[in-house]
Amino acid sequence: MNHAPRPIGGGLITPFTLFLAVLAAIGGYFVLQRFIYGFNAAAAFNDGYTWGIWIAYDVVIGTAFGCGGYVMALLVYVFNKGKYHPLVRPALLASLLGYGLGAVSVVVDLGRYWNMWHMMWPGYAQPNSVMLEVGLCVATYVMVLFVEFSPAVLERFGLTNLKRKVEKWMVLFIALGILLPTMHQSSLGTMMVIFGHQIHPLWQTTLLPLLFLMSAITMGFCIVIFEASLASAGFRRPGEAHILGGLSGVIIALQLAWLATRFADLHLAGKMDLVLGSGWLSGFFLAEIALFALPVFLLLPKANRTSPRPLFLAAVAMLLGGSLYRIDVFLVAYFPATPGFSYFPSVPEILVTLGIVAFEFLAYIVLARTLPVLPGVEPAMMAAQPAE
Amino acid sequence: MSISRRNFLKAATVGAVAAVAAPGDAAARGNLAMPPQALGLLFDSTYCVGCKACVTACKQANAIPFATPVREAHRDTSIDIGAGALNVIKAYRHGDASVKDREINGFAFAKKSCMHCVDPSCVSVCPVSAMQKAPLTGIVSHHKENCIGCRYCVASCPYGVPRFEYDQAFPAISKCQLCRHLRDEGRIPACAESCPTGATLYGPVDLLKREAERRLAMTPGTLYKPERGQAGSGEFGRPRAASTYVQHIYGDKELGGTQVLHLSGVPFEKLGMPTLPDRSYASVSETIQHTIYAGMAAPALVLAGLVGIISRNKKKSEHGPEDRS
Repeated sequence: MNHAPRPIGGGLITPFTLFLAVLAAIGGYFVLQRFIYGFNAAAAFNDGYTWGIWIAYDVVIGTAFGCGGYVMALLVYVFNKGKYHPLVRPALLASLLGYGLGAVSVVVDLGRYWNMWHMMWPGYAQPNSVMLEVGLCVATYVMVLFVEFSPAVLERFGLTNLKRKVEKWMVLFIALGILLPTMHQSSLGTMMVIFGHQIHPLWQTTLLPLLFLMSAITMGFCIVIFEASLASAGFRRPGEAHILGGLSGVIIALQLAWLATRFADLHLAGKMDLVLGSGWLSGFFLAEIALFALPVFLLLPKANRTSPRPLFLAAVAMLLGGSLYRIDVFLVAYFPATPGFSYFPSVPEILVTLGIVAFEFLAYIVLARTLPVLPGVEPAMMAAQPAE
Repeated sequence: MSISRRNFLKAATVGAVAAVAAPGDAAARGNLAMPPQALGLLFDSTYCVGCKACVTACKQANAIPFATPVREAHRDTSIDIGAGALNVIKAYRHGDASVKDREINGFAFAKKSCMHCVDPSCVSVCPVSAMQKAPLTGIVSHHKENCIGCRYCVASCPYGVPRFEYDQAFPAISKCQLCRHLRDEGRIPACAESCPTGATLYGPVDLLKREAERRLAMTPGTLYKPERGQAGSGEFGRPRAASTYVQHIYGDKELGGTQVLHLSGVPFEKLGMPTLPDRSYASVSETIQHTIYAGMAAPALVLAGLVGIISRNKKKSEHGPEDRS
């Protein structure tokens, strides 16, 4: 059976892609407003909450959702689990889109974007800054992802010579593609350590880098399950639960390790009484913990692991849990040094974020239909699926 | 496969050990020390009469337009710092607000402007050196020509000082820079220069701290003639009976100390000044960062280990049967 990736074909203009394009265009309109009139033409940022969802969602959560390519490379090339190879290329495409648009969001969120190049200029770059590490590392990783994904494009256009040349160096890029996310996904947590008392003590800890990295890795595995499930349903292809189920073990282990680290840290810091004693914030904390624990309960019974529904639910729970954890650290448990400020994203601000997500989906659909990304499927297996 | 995994773990361990054991930068970074010729302000809330002459003078010195035309208001009406004011005076009121510098049924004034931290978060977080601390005077300055507008300084400042413009297409950060531009002309910061009572006093931090200690040691009611303008200038404000102070110099120890010191008759939290630990947040953050990235040794080792394992695994799967475990 030949599983070599091939374009799945089909029409690019459908009611769904048109809907996505309209959402993306609306987002684009408000991005334009932001550049012409300033942030408040589109966003509700203020001096208390100077970072809103464009950072907390588009960049921090968006890049964690983009960790599929990272963790699949880790699994296939470092831990030598060759059977997951068909999942690597679709995961890389999703990572490229997640990270690429995360980088675009950073530019939208930089107030003085025209000076952006200062980050890569020795006279300006300031090495103590966690932001510098994140910025340079993410920028480099986007380029690495381009190279990692390039064989799909080169194949499509028959540039086999160039493809061979790129693949000669691929080992280095795969290695970078594992090292760089390890660095910046942890640094996204380190970034908040310096906020000190501005982050509620239930969330503020010097273990933020470890907790961010561990949860980003699990989110990477879960996004692979999530995307593969959506791709099977959306493109009417046979499900891949038989392969995806194999990820259950590592997800359970990572979740248990994360929960153990989280509670051991709270216990050692003498903060256990805050777990229930922080008022409405305790609610957010417990919701996080429940979402992190749910995949463990869903995937512990062996029968569930190859069954699409529990697998999909477990992945969604973890993606929500990892997102809520990040939103809590960046916004909900963040209390600005100057009291009196409040923040809730404005409608245009949310529309920009929605537009970016819509563009991501749209690009994924178009590229999966036109480039060899998803594993090839035998016609006999396609026939077993309901007709379009 | 077990060999390659062992190799990877070995490389990772070597990397981690190298990171922790590497000399110099990798060691836990303590608080930065007070610069040798540190300059700052002493704000004594008990001497402040709330005239806001400092707010007006600050605006004139920094070419910031008044919030209200002078003809329409007796004093400037800015209520918070930002692009429109680098320094404001805020009032604390409780109950009938009948007695100055008393917590219950009293009132007091607070000055809000940059604290010029000894170990500033804003300098530590800025990716492009737009926030700088002068090595000698310790003045924390902002260089907007460097700034990329990421607002990490706005979000991380423990005192909420740097501010941004959200209604401008080409915005900038604003913050008090201790009138460093006036210093070149031999002048002192406008707030201290204009303060009639000596509530805001400018000078070398060691002199200011000695003055603060002297005031805290006074018996309440003692008639005292405070210096005004610059410490050591010999210029004095009107004598006044000393108030009952909270026995604490705010900024002496807070997050490794600040070059702007505050004295008050009411608890500092009431004046919007947070209770803070002695260890600077910047030192905690930089210790983590320098432990992991000292000389980029650990990332380089991990990269080398990864390249080794990946090429080995790739060769194996190309030449031998694929590992299907």
